[in-house]
Amino acid sequence: MSMLARVQVPAQARRGDVFPIRIAIQHSMETGYRPDNFGRRIPKNVINTLTCRYNGVEVFRAEMGSGVSANPQLQFYLRAENSGELVFDWVDDSGQRGSERAPITVTA
Amino acid sequence: MLTLSAVAAEAPRPQPKSGIEYAGGDVRALQADDFGNPGMLWVARGEKLWSAPAGRSGKSCAGCHRDAPTTMKGVATRYPRRDVGGGELLNLEGRINQCREQRQGADVLRYESEELLALTAYVAHQSRGMPVNVEINDANRVNFERGRDTYYRRQGQMNLACTHCHEQNAGRKLLADTISEGHGNAYPVYRLEWQSAGSLHRRLRACFFGVRAEQPAAGSAELVDLELYLASRARGLQVETPGVRR
Repeated sequence: MSMLARVQVPAQARRGDVFPIRIAIQHSMETGYRPDNFGRRIPKNVINTLTCRYNGVEVFRAEMGSGVSANPQLQFYLRAENSGELVFDWVDDSGQRGSERAPITVTA
Repeated sequence: MLTLSAVAAEAPRPQPKSGIEYAGGDVRALQADDFGNPGMLWVARGEKLWSAPAGRSGKSCAGCHRDAPTTMKGVATRYPRRDVGGGELLNLEGRINQCREQRQGADVLRYESEELLALTAYVAHQSRGMPVNVEINDANRVNFERGRDTYYRRQGQMNLACTHCHEQNAGRKLLADTISEGHGNAYPVYRLEWQSAGSLHRRLRACFFGVRAEQPAAGSAELVDLELYLASRARGLQVETPGVRR
């Protein structure tokens, strides 16, 4: 099953406004320190990189490790410049990729 | 006073207190934030599954039940429930699987699977804010009584019944945690200890483990009966799905 995510972006913003962006991703974020029921180590599998592009320009990048909780949530701020699209991409240690898009309308 | 437990069984305290009232400020804030609440990820997944075709019929839930916010509103407040024509007592998970098997021609979903949790959370979420309102009638009285018996029966190496913690000592400390009244009105919940959403039966099994008793299987008749009794003593509490617990 593909990785599920929720993104919170204001549908509209005025040019120059600074607004918060939130993204939550459903992921178990296996730390690599837990044993399974047979005592075998469960391999580490976390979302190691997440990027956000605003009209093609990378505006945010996060590199995460085993200290981040399951189902991580990130929040950051952007300044509204032009209408367009925010594109989130992320990848976990198993190589599974996820992506999410959110349109944004900037008014003068 | 000597017959207190028997009387208490018939007349639960008038003002039940939801588990969220025993939680700390950060947990409450997380539950109240519809974006921050990680349980909403399961609700969102359930919303997708609701309109995804399944099984030989090629039908989705929405194919019959249409728009869940309308048709599923208040449904969770009435569960566990027994069909008019008899049959076994079903909780929401059981009803969803019955629908899959009999109407969609699909495989039943494994209890505690992501799909079943998501669909259950999505359906129960439509009743958020509405009071739990199960009806005890002739059809389910036998289940209610069995559930109540489980609630008041000492078991396990600790020789404890549910009542000893969740009725007689609610609000007091058990190690670092505050004992709640043990209501199921927020399930499925996102539990921080699990780092995941989980069903009421998973939580109940954790209690059986805690008193070192044999754990009934998730979805077993014993736990559904207990769920009915718990729902009856939670009457009036608002459904909180998806709740957040420590």
